[in-house]
Amino acid sequence: MEIVDVSKEQVPPLTPLAAAPRKRRPKLRITKSKKMLAGLVILGFFVVMGVIGPWVAPYDPNALGDLTGPGGTQSPGGHHLLGQTTIGNDIFSQLVAGTRPTIEVAFLSGVIATALAIIIGITAGYMGGLVDEVLSLTANIFLVLPALPLLIAVGAFLGPDRAGSPWVVSLIIAATGWAWGARVMRAQAMSMRNRDFVEAARIGGESTSRIILAEIMPNLSAVIASSFLFTTLYAIGTYVGLGFLNVVSAGPHYNWGTMLFDATSSSAVEAGAWWWYVPPGLAIAILGMSLALINFGIDEYINPRLRVATGAGKAAKAAGVKLRPQLGFTPVVRKRAVATVPTIVQLEEAP
Amino acid sequence: MSVAQGPATPSLPISSVPGEPVGETLLEIRGLSVDYGMGNQPVHAVDDVDLVIRRGEVVGLAGESGSGKSTLAYAIARLLRDPGVITAGEAYFYDWPKGSYQDAGSGQVRKTAVQPRVVDLLTDDKRVIRSVRWSEIAVVFQSALDALNPVLRIGRLIDDVLKAHEKDMSKDERVARAKELLGIVGISPDRLNSYPHELSGGMRQRVMIAVAVALQPSLLIMDEPTTALDVVIQREILEELMDLRERLGFSILFITHDLSLLIEIADTIAVMYAGKLVEKAPAKALFRAPRHPYTYGLTKSFPSLHGDKVVMVGIEGSPPDLRKVPSGCPFHPRCPWAMDICTTTVPPALELHDVSGSRQVLCWLQDGAHEVPPELALVPPVAGTEEARPSMRVHGTPVHARTIDEGTTGEH
Amino acid sequence: MRIFIRRIGFYLLAAVAAVTLDFFIPRMVPGDPVLTALAGLKGSATPGALAALQAQYGEGANHAGLWHQYAHFWNMLLHGDLGLSLSLGNTKVTTIIGQHIWWTVILVGLATVISFVVGTLIGTLAAWRRGSWIESLLPLTTFLQAMPYFFFATLLVLLFAVQLNWFPAQGGYDTFSSTVGLNWAFVSDALSHAVLPALTIVGASLAGWIIGMRNQVVTVADEDYVLLAEAAGLPRRRVVWYAMRNAILPQISSFALALSFVVGGSLLTEIVFSYPGIGFILLSAVKSLDYSLVQGIFLVITLVVLAANFIADIVYVALDPRTRQEA
Repeated sequence: MEIVDVSKEQVPPLTPLAAAPRKRRPKLRITKSKKMLAGLVILGFFVVMGVIGPWVAPYDPNALGDLTGPGGTQSPGGHHLLGQTTIGNDIFSQLVAGTRPTIEVAFLSGVIATALAIIIGITAGYMGGLVDEVLSLTANIFLVLPALPLLIAVGAFLGPDRAGSPWVVSLIIAATGWAWGARVMRAQAMSMRNRDFVEAARIGGESTSRIILAEIMPNLSAVIASSFLFTTLYAIGTYVGLGFLNVVSAGPHYNWGTMLFDATSSSAVEAGAWWWYVPPGLAIAILGMSLALINFGIDEYINPRLRVATGAGKAAKAAGVKLRPQLGFTPVVRKRAVATVPTIVQLEEAP
Repeated sequence: MSVAQGPATPSLPISSVPGEPVGETLLEIRGLSVDYGMGNQPVHAVDDVDLVIRRGEVVGLAGESGSGKSTLAYAIARLLRDPGVITAGEAYFYDWPKGSYQDAGSGQVRKTAVQPRVVDLLTDDKRVIRSVRWSEIAVVFQSALDALNPVLRIGRLIDDVLKAHEKDMSKDERVARAKELLGIVGISPDRLNSYPHELSGGMRQRVMIAVAVALQPSLLIMDEPTTALDVVIQREILEELMDLRERLGFSILFITHDLSLLIEIADTIAVMYAGKLVEKAPAKALFRAPRHPYTYGLTKSFPSLHGDKVVMVGIEGSPPDLRKVPSGCPFHPRCPWAMDICTTTVPPALELHDVSGSRQVLCWLQDGAHEVPPELALVPPVAGTEEARPSMRVHGTPVHARTIDEGTTGEH
Repeated sequence: MRIFIRRIGFYLLAAVAAVTLDFFIPRMVPGDPVLTALAGLKGSATPGALAALQAQYGEGANHAGLWHQYAHFWNMLLHGDLGLSLSLGNTKVTTIIGQHIWWTVILVGLATVISFVVGTLIGTLAAWRRGSWIESLLPLTTFLQAMPYFFFATLLVLLFAVQLNWFPAQGGYDTFSSTVGLNWAFVSDALSHAVLPALTIVGASLAGWIIGMRNQVVTVADEDYVLLAEAAGLPRRRVVWYAMRNAILPQISSFALALSFVVGGSLLTEIVFSYPGIGFILLSAVKSLDYSLVQGIFLVITLVVLAANFIADIVYVALDPRTRQEA
């Protein structure tokens, strides 16, 4: 992602992606951003766990094993890597098997919410006028309504089992999570409405839906990706939160939120049974962090100024020169020899 | 390009070359180079540039987008942002005592020994640079809308600037001075309480100028100050600016892509191409008798309505990507007179002297060993003759081809 | 003035939307859980309470059309009536909420203000000292940000209450030793009980403010007006102020989104600490299927959040002169 400022008048705009002609869009090279790479590796691990989790879990997460750990406790060791719950469930199996519902709901709500955000946001931004007014108003209202109390209320009426179905819980989470992305995409679509290539497509008689899908959307891929990660992160937090409140249950599977619910309702914290509540909590935090790290990378790609080590500073470090850019004092690093003495040519004598 | 041996004395105390504006050296740049980024793939945005600005002189810096003209100007003031790095050269500012400047036009060239304080802009302490910046070297930014803090009333901004430098001024004096400043740029003093967004584009640019001259600097760096304005306002502001310059006596480094504008306001024009200063000459001479093929192309170019892409007659192509600057003379791929040597070796910096005075040219054709094409060997107007400058917006004025022989008559 | 009228109009509309949503929640759910709950209450509830509930949900003798029910709902609301709580001895829902809302408002309000101020300052510092150690901590803050509030709360309890025994782990005040009121014993007791819940909210929301402000200052520092301030030789503090003053505007406009997160997180935090706020009551209402209480709490939380957003909007208008331009 080598983006070089050539001169002041060529400073890359805030969203080079949207500004640059499509063919010259800089390639997003994942390996260039360490944060993004780290995020993707962690996320990949959890996704694999989500797929194979229920099969590789050593025990049935619901099986009530006998409490025969070392010294007659349920602390980690022996056959139970992370110990057992007070009723003898294997915590490690719960953790591994619980990855699937968490990942499933997170991505499902992420996809639904992002799709809603794209449709509503881009339509509003591209169409403008009354359509925009109505859609923006709707998005803004959803944005100011506190989501979790609403979800708790809805979940309470549905009951934990019905609310616990991945589709139902994903739908209700997505219903409260699309507005932010829609607002961002509306702004982007508005800035693209009058771009040459959109104009050309419009004059060429392409349909509105085709212009949105084929012309505008591909240019918003970074913004869409960022919005998707954001809603997915939100969905994880909300889903485990609802699980923790026991407003949704994960049915025969566990999810990390219901594990924490079980742990706290069994006074695991007071009893010092850290192996019960720390693993699911950490798993949530690490999964969330992986998404945040990827988002970091995307943000820095959209707005190169945000990168931690700045261009000159970073390269100077590699070259062995200490350089700390400071606003208002362009660094001076003389390394090249100054050129030769001027040759004076007397062309014509002044009269 | 001489390696300056240290700024003990100004190298050009008083110009003796006829036809050039008389005045002591104010700013002296030697071999200045600026890179963007360092290490593996630096971009050489400014490459080995020499430039001298004298007191009271208006120097126009022309060039297309990406030629390095703005980079050069900001680097002089050390205001270039990351990842800009100054990699070579020297820059000295001669801080003459306030009030010691006398207009050369009056014919009284002062002989008394007034000595300036020499500021090494590249190595001196930050405090020293802060002390000359704005009080001596001020900048008028390209877009006043971006340069004026949107949440601050303009009176507050001027007050902040005055407060930072004029410690003895009382609050009332500062307000009075701010009103006076608005007055001299033609804005009603009650606008002190306005926010930038409440002003029109022209008014904003006037405020920007007022902020720049608040401390009576001796050099104004103006980065395309009128590009964003419509032609009528542009004209008005330029006229006011020239009046103001006469009253306050500052020098101007005026950056623009619009060569025709410079012919009207500048004493000297410097032309940049791909980071190099390719020609510098008295304004009239440069326009009438360009010595560099690129300058020749510029003088024959069409006016550009949008942006600063210049369409040149007889010169194909566009400026190079600074990451892939051609070897030798960067202009050779587009130059109709390119020779073999141009593709391999960077031309020497030549200093030519002719009837119009001295000029700098960066071209193999002018080194005396090669035959100069007739287009590039025109006779410049004789210095000092009261010939009206070409009026504004006379683009592509036909330049009659003359031979060198004709030139010796010294007549235009 | 026009902008205020527009904003007031928007929030009134949002309030109407919230009320309508609140009305429809129990009615959208298939299988009519309310009916089932009412049937189960026939024996235990007083006839008066039962009649009021039937009226509220349009059941039994008061069976009425949807529009009629909606009008009835509004009528109740406008008379300050949110119905009766089934689980808490047929007390008025408004009374229960009135007892608990202040705990939440003070806790969340204080914690949010602290978090905003501290996060904004750290974010500015991280942006202004680019390449310093503060910046290398940024990825770490995402870990804090990704951590669920209730898990963070659990860790704080483990460390500061169970291990170190510095602060109480449960409740909003000591029910045995202090009496509720404006006396020093109660206030200090309440404060010590509030430390860990507040720390949870601050800790979990801080990262968002830090990163938001850092990115804004980095972006704003590239603006010409900041460069001009530096070039014009303004004191360092003043230059930073120029950047901060502008960078804070998007922070305030992202307040709406942040507040929704914080409120959600705070409800969960209260549950971990058994803090006597509205979140704790909401959970017990959900568990005991006390529908009118659930509905009432949702509505009140929403209205409080709308009010907070309106205040944020006013602050924004006060800070950005461009919004005040009369069209």
